[in-house]
Amino acid sequence: MFSSNCFITDQEIAWCPGCGNFAILEVLQETLAELELSPHQVLLCSGIGQAAKIPHYVRVNGFNGLHGRALPPAVGARIANSSLKVIVQSGDGDTYGEGGNHFLHTIRRNPDIAHFVHNNQVYGLTKGQASPTSDPGMKTKVQAAGVILSPFNPLSLALTLGAGFVARGFSGEKEHLKQLMKAALSFPGYALVDILQPCVSFNKLNTFAWYKKRVEILKNHEPTDIEAAQRLARKWGEKIPIGIFYEVPTPTFESQIPALQGKWGKEPLAYRHFDPNTLAHLQEEFM
Amino acid sequence: MEINVLIGGAAGQGVDTVAALLSKVLVRSGYGLCSHRDYMSRVRGGHNFSRLRIASKTPWCIGESADILVALNEETYTVHRSRLTEGSRVVYDPDSFSLPSEEERGIAVRLQGLAKESGSAVMANTVAVGAVLLLLGLNLTAAEELLEQMFAHKEGMVDKNITALKKGYSEASNHCSQCFSLPEKEAEGKRLFIDGSEVLGMSALASGCRFLSAYPMTPSTGIMNYLAGKQQYGVVVEQAEDEIAAINMILGASFAGVRSMTCTSGGGFALMVEGLSLAGMTETPVVIIMGMRPGPATGLPTRTEQGDLEFVMHGGHGEFPRAILSATHLEDAFYRLNKAFYLADRYQLPVIFLTDQNFADTACSIEPFDFQRLNYERYLVEQKDLVIPYWRYRITDDGISPRALPGQFPGEVVLADSDEHDEKGNIIEDAHTRRQMVEKRLRKQMGLASEMEEPVLYGHGEPDILLLGWGSTYGSLREAVDALEARGRKAASLHFSDLWPLPVKTVSQIIPSVRKSFCVENNATGQFASLLRREIGYEVDHKILKYDGRPFMVDEILQEVEKNV
Repeated sequence: MFSSNCFITDQEIAWCPGCGNFAILEVLQETLAELELSPHQVLLCSGIGQAAKIPHYVRVNGFNGLHGRALPPAVGARIANSSLKVIVQSGDGDTYGEGGNHFLHTIRRNPDIAHFVHNNQVYGLTKGQASPTSDPGMKTKVQAAGVILSPFNPLSLALTLGAGFVARGFSGEKEHLKQLMKAALSFPGYALVDILQPCVSFNKLNTFAWYKKRVEILKNHEPTDIEAAQRLARKWGEKIPIGIFYEVPTPTFESQIPALQGKWGKEPLAYRHFDPNTLAHLQEEFM
Repeated sequence: MEINVLIGGAAGQGVDTVAALLSKVLVRSGYGLCSHRDYMSRVRGGHNFSRLRIASKTPWCIGESADILVALNEETYTVHRSRLTEGSRVVYDPDSFSLPSEEERGIAVRLQGLAKESGSAVMANTVAVGAVLLLLGLNLTAAEELLEQMFAHKEGMVDKNITALKKGYSEASNHCSQCFSLPEKEAEGKRLFIDGSEVLGMSALASGCRFLSAYPMTPSTGIMNYLAGKQQYGVVVEQAEDEIAAINMILGASFAGVRSMTCTSGGGFALMVEGLSLAGMTETPVVIIMGMRPGPATGLPTRTEQGDLEFVMHGGHGEFPRAILSATHLEDAFYRLNKAFYLADRYQLPVIFLTDQNFADTACSIEPFDFQRLNYERYLVEQKDLVIPYWRYRITDDGISPRALPGQFPGEVVLADSDEHDEKGNIIEDAHTRRQMVEKRLRKQMGLASEMEEPVLYGHGEPDILLLGWGSTYGSLREAVDALEARGRKAASLHFSDLWPLPVKTVSQIIPSVRKSFCVENNATGQFASLLRREIGYEVDHKILKYDGRPFMVDEILQEVEKNV
């Protein structure tokens, strides 16, 4: 019935052999199948970058837009058709660099979108420059003397801004990642899953082995405790926690928009009947 | 026969309120009216003014002189005294300032004092309205009715305002019984008094626009304000974090199935051009209202200019088809914005609707709109025509691919991509597909060209003098033609509403008979004149260019014409 094969496309995959994205792709396809979703019910939005190629490798609806701009079209699509399950797939440069402003404000909006960020701490598509999450000291062709900027902490920031679902996964922990994706997709509201993922070509610092040695699946953490979540979000070094840091729903963006409530119920905006003649009375206020 | 009223004061003093009250009373009483706001980029202080031109029929633009000057402060008198004529009258508050001793046109009305006596100083505006109505020889019935409607929900305010109105009327009558004779009224019947922003907001809503995302920017904010106040009709209005988000959001919404729009001005459009290009590549229908104001950069934020024609024509990287329409006068704009939505949907591309501050802030008395003339076809592929598997970018003869919405057909998916793509929407890099896709998109330009409306020819059928223009200068050009004909000249104006692809048939036909042509534009370089040269190889004889941030006055056009014929 529902098999991850339903979501496979005939596209040749343009990722490097050994790329962490392969595992994320596979887990995403399995997650969609296990949630019993059909391809036409899902919309994948992405920006530009290696992660952003994913709409071509998953057989669902896709809007592969501009660098840094994956979130706004996803928000627009949710408004237009609330029956679509909207997922955003992007990279660390895409989301935390070019798209930083959209990241901030989408969290504030809280649309019902699951956001999976492939975070490999380096720019892959443009061949190896530092990303906002690169560790200080990392040397690249551009950051020749090593990164001197403070790293962007997406989880801590998301918590500060009031995100209702904040999690970190690792592409080397596939079963665990699937549980995170399922939880994010079932969460009503904006759900961030920052996924650690090695870039085999350009990140010689944060390798698979580097992550593998450090990641630690959260145990006995209460995901309603914001203080504990913030403490975990700041942990980065010899131990890197993965799991759901925080999960407390708040009213979604869609649930607070007048035109998406009331007499229209859950009928998607996109499919509502409309006749211009019914609005001729709008002129009366100007008479 | 016409009367010009100018109301001036500091921002926050209530210039708009006086103008709005007076305007509505005059229109309801059956007079033709055109008004325009001139305001500074500040919330309090400075000098703002509104001008009203009253005639039998609705004037096409405002006038330059001031028969009645309502000076809410001394600065208004100083700035505008050159607009006064011999028979003019100046309404002022003697408790606030004195007119020079030689000024005999003053009508002293204690605006603040009478307002306080009526219950509150904020009603100084109502007092002023009462005074102006006396000068115009109108009774207070229409004004009283209006105040009753306006303050119906505010306890006690109806009576207080009516008292203030009467006090203003009575105090002005100490000076004269009736200083002016109004022109004859137009035919009876309910008309609208509405400004450009409101017309566009209403047109968007009635055209089925169900999502607007924008970042506030003068002079387009009024459109967002209008729609935000109409969310009970099923429209979603979202104030985006920036213009980049605004256009990307409407692209996502349009892709998923709703007619979507954004509105902005030059600086905001500059941020949107990346998204404009995305609309071109993904073939997503969107309408962008671009309200021009003087640039470059922040320029004159609250003033008018037609300086961004070339920008909107060429904005966006790469080559892709687009349509550019413009707002001329209020009636035309209502139907033309609907056309913008139609073209966007039918041809699956971005449509830019070019307006300016002059258009946005001009309000006139006009006949009600015919909502039955509006188009709401979505041009989506129907089940019976669906080819399975569905491909978003299927190659067709007219360049228009069958458009389906994500989720519309169970089992079928829709893939849009900003990278060059194949018919399915998947990324490609091969030369053959690239060529095919570029050509497919550009073929839409042929269909678009056939949709463009020829410019309106007004005046003499075989003119010696031809005035060429576009957008919000329509009224000034029309009145200039009337004035030239009254002086015995064979004159006409040719005014363009649809700008791109440029309809060239009429202009090509008329040029051979023209002795002198003038291109009239609110910019410094003659952008439309350049477009004409590029498209038909025609060089206009003279350019009448104005770039001080203010709209054209008819006299300015006439002077330039007379100097050069």
